[in-house]
Amino acid sequence: MSAPDTTTKPAARIDATTKTAARTAGATKAAARIAGALSGGLMQVFLLVVGLLWLVPTIGLALSSLREPADISAGGWWEVFTVPSQITFENYAHLLQDETITGSLLSTVAITVPSALLVVVLGSLAGYAFAWLEFPGRDWWFLGVVGLLVVPVQVALLPVSRLFGTIGIFETTLGVVLFHVAFGLPFAIFLLRNFFAEIPRELLEAARLDGAGELRLFFRVVMPLGGPAIASLGIFQFLWVWNDMLVALIFADSKNPPITVALQQQVRHFGDNVSILAPGAFLSMVIPLAVFFAFQRQFVSGVMAGAVK
Amino acid sequence: MAFLLPALVLLGALVVYPIGYSLQRSFFDKSGEFTGFGNYVTLFTDDTILTAIRNNAIWVVLAPTVATALGLIFAVLTERIRWGTAFKLLVFMPMAISMLAAGIIFRLVYEQDPDRGALNAVWVGVHDTFAESSAFPKAHPGRESPLKPSGDGGFVTRTTVKAGEPVALPLLGVPKKRMPDDAAPARAAAAEPGKVTGTAWQDFTLGKGVGERNAPDASESGYPGITVEAVRGGEVVDRTTAAADGTFTLSGAADGARLRLPASNFKEPYNGVDWLGPDKVLPFLGVNFVTLSVILAYVWMWAGFAMVLIAAGLAGIPRDLLEAARVDGANEWQVFRRVTVPLLAPVLAVVLVTLMINVLKIFDLVFIIAPGDVRDDANVLALQLYNSFVDRDSGVASAIAVLLFLLVVPMMAFNVRRLRREVRR
Repeated sequence: MSAPDTTTKPAARIDATTKTAARTAGATKAAARIAGALSGGLMQVFLLVVGLLWLVPTIGLALSSLREPADISAGGWWEVFTVPSQITFENYAHLLQDETITGSLLSTVAITVPSALLVVVLGSLAGYAFAWLEFPGRDWWFLGVVGLLVVPVQVALLPVSRLFGTIGIFETTLGVVLFHVAFGLPFAIFLLRNFFAEIPRELLEAARLDGAGELRLFFRVVMPLGGPAIASLGIFQFLWVWNDMLVALIFADSKNPPITVALQQQVRHFGDNVSILAPGAFLSMVIPLAVFFAFQRQFVSGVMAGAVK
Repeated sequence: MAFLLPALVLLGALVVYPIGYSLQRSFFDKSGEFTGFGNYVTLFTDDTILTAIRNNAIWVVLAPTVATALGLIFAVLTERIRWGTAFKLLVFMPMAISMLAAGIIFRLVYEQDPDRGALNAVWVGVHDTFAESSAFPKAHPGRESPLKPSGDGGFVTRTTVKAGEPVALPLLGVPKKRMPDDAAPARAAAAEPGKVTGTAWQDFTLGKGVGERNAPDASESGYPGITVEAVRGGEVVDRTTAAADGTFTLSGAADGARLRLPASNFKEPYNGVDWLGPDKVLPFLGVNFVTLSVILAYVWMWAGFAMVLIAAGLAGIPRDLLEAARVDGANEWQVFRRVTVPLLAPVLAVVLVTLMINVLKIFDLVFIIAPGDVRDDANVLALQLYNSFVDRDSGVASAIAVLLFLLVVPMMAFNVRRLRREVRR
C-alpha cells in the first residue's frame, strides 16, 4: 500500500536551498501519508462494521437453531451470550428423526444431482455443435438459444404443468428435473459454446485425421478440455436447483417434496415453528455453503460468465 | 444435428412453446371463454394486482440501484485492504443459499417483539437512549384515591392543595421488576411553610397489601422521577419531578391549585417498528414497511453479486490511468468520480440490467418474509401469478406471464446485443 518514500533521500545530497524545499515537500508528503493511514484506518473500521452487519443475520439463525422452543419464545438468540447453557442440539436431533425432513433432503438430492448432470451433458453436446459443427443458420440458432436466457420460469408454469399432466409426469421427480434442465440449458449452451470455441482448431483437426469420429472427438478431446467451464456450470446449476422453491412448489411430488417446499409449509406459523425452521434452514444451507466454499473460484467464474439468471 | 436434438427438444417444449401457449391463453377467461383483452384490463383494474405492479416498480427501481451502489463501494474499498478477500467472501456468501433460507433468516431479524427480533432490539435500544421512556406505564389510582383520571391518560387530584399541607399521590400497578432501579422506600413529605410538598408512590407492597391506605409505608416504594404539575384554571403554574423516595416540593405558586400527574408518566413503552407491517414508510412515498424490508433482505443477498462483478471490472482498469489522474492533482474522490466510474460504466450497466431482470421475477423472498395477513400489501407480479395459478385463474395467470415476458424483452435485447458483440469477436 505505502511504498518506501525514496524522494527525500536524494534530496539530502543536493545543496541547501533545494534541501529545505525538499524537506517541506517531504513534510507534506508525510502529512498526506498520515491522513491516508487515518482514512485507511477509518475505511477498515467501516468495512469491519459492514462485514459484521452482513454476518449477524446468519449468526442469529445459527444460534436460534440451537435453542429450545421455550427459550426462543422467551427472548432473542443473543441471550446465549449471557446464558450459554441454553445451547442444545435437541432441535437437530428431533429434525433428523422427522421422516418428512430427512425424506425431503433425499428428495432434494434426487432432483439436484440428475439436473446438474443432464445440463452438463446436453449443454456440452449442444455447445460443441454450436462451436465446431457447420450447419445452416448456426449463429442465428445460437443467438436464439441465448435469447431464451431471460425467459422467466413463471411464463412456463401453467403451460408446462398442463403438458406434464397430459404425459403423466406432473408431480414427479422426472418432471422437476426436465424443467430445471430446460431452463438451465440456455446458460449452459452459452457458457460452453464460448469456452469450446477457444479450443485450437489444429487439435481437433489432428484428432479427426487420426480417424476419430465426432462422438469420440467430443468425449476424448472436447469434454476434457472443457473441464473448468464444465465445473463452473455444474456447480452453478447444482446450487440453482438445490435452492429452488418455486419450481418444486408446482412440479414436485407434494407427498415427498424437496426441503425448500417442506420447510415453506411451516412458515405459516412462523413464531411457533422457529425450533423447526431455524435448524431446517441451516441444514438446507450446509451443502450449498460447503460447495460454495470448496469451489468459490468456479462459482464466481460461473456467475461472471452468466450474469443473467 | 444429433448433438443438438435433445437440447432443442427440451427448449422447444418447455421454454418456447409455453411463451406461445401463455400468449394465446391470456385472451381466454377462467372458464376458457374468449374475452379479448379482458384479462389485461383486470391486471390494471384489480386492486391486489395493481399493488403488485406498483410494488414491482418500486422493486425494480430500488433493489438493483442499492445493491449496485453498495457493490461499487465495497469493490473499491476492499481493493486496498489486506483482508479484502475475506470481506468479499463474507458478503458474497448469501448468494449461495436459497431465498427460503434467507427468508427465514430475515423473518427472525424482523420479528416485532423487541425481546425476540434483533432489529427491533437494537432500534428500541437506540430509541430509549434518545427519547425519554416512561417508567410507570401501568400505574393507576386505587380505591378511595385522592386522584382521578384527568381524561387525557394522566391523573389529577380531586381537591385543590394547600401550602404547608403534605399531599399524598398514591398509585398502584407497577410490577416490581419494572420499578426503576433507583426507587427508594416511600417517605411522607415534611410540611414546609409557603410550599406545597407531597409524595407520589406505589401504595402497595407485595404480600402486605396496601398497608395504611393513602399513606406511605416504609415497605412501599417511591416513584422516582415522576412528573408532578400544579394546574390552576387549566394552566400549569409549576412543575417538578419526584425524588427517589417519591417526595416532591413545589413553590408557593401551587397553593390552591390541583396537582396533576401528566400522561407522559404513563405512556406504554416503545415497542419498536412493525417491519413487516403494511404501513407506509413515509406517507408521501408509496413504499410500505413490508416491501422495504423484503427489498433489504434481497440487497443482503445480491450486493455481493454486484461487488464481485464490479471488482472484476475494476481489476481490468489500467493502473497508469488512475496514476496519471493522481499525478495531475486529482484527489481520490475525483479519481473515483471522473475516472473509475466512467470506465466501469459498461460493467455497472450489466450488473443493473441483470439485477433488474432478476428482481422482476422476485417470488420466494416475498412469499417467505411477508406474513400471510400482509402478503397482499407486499404483492409482486410473480407472487400474484402463483396465486392466480393456485386459484386456477389461468387467464389472469397467463396475462401476468405475458406481461412479465414483455417487461423482460427490452432487457433481453440488451443482453443479446452484448452477447452478439462477444460472438463476433
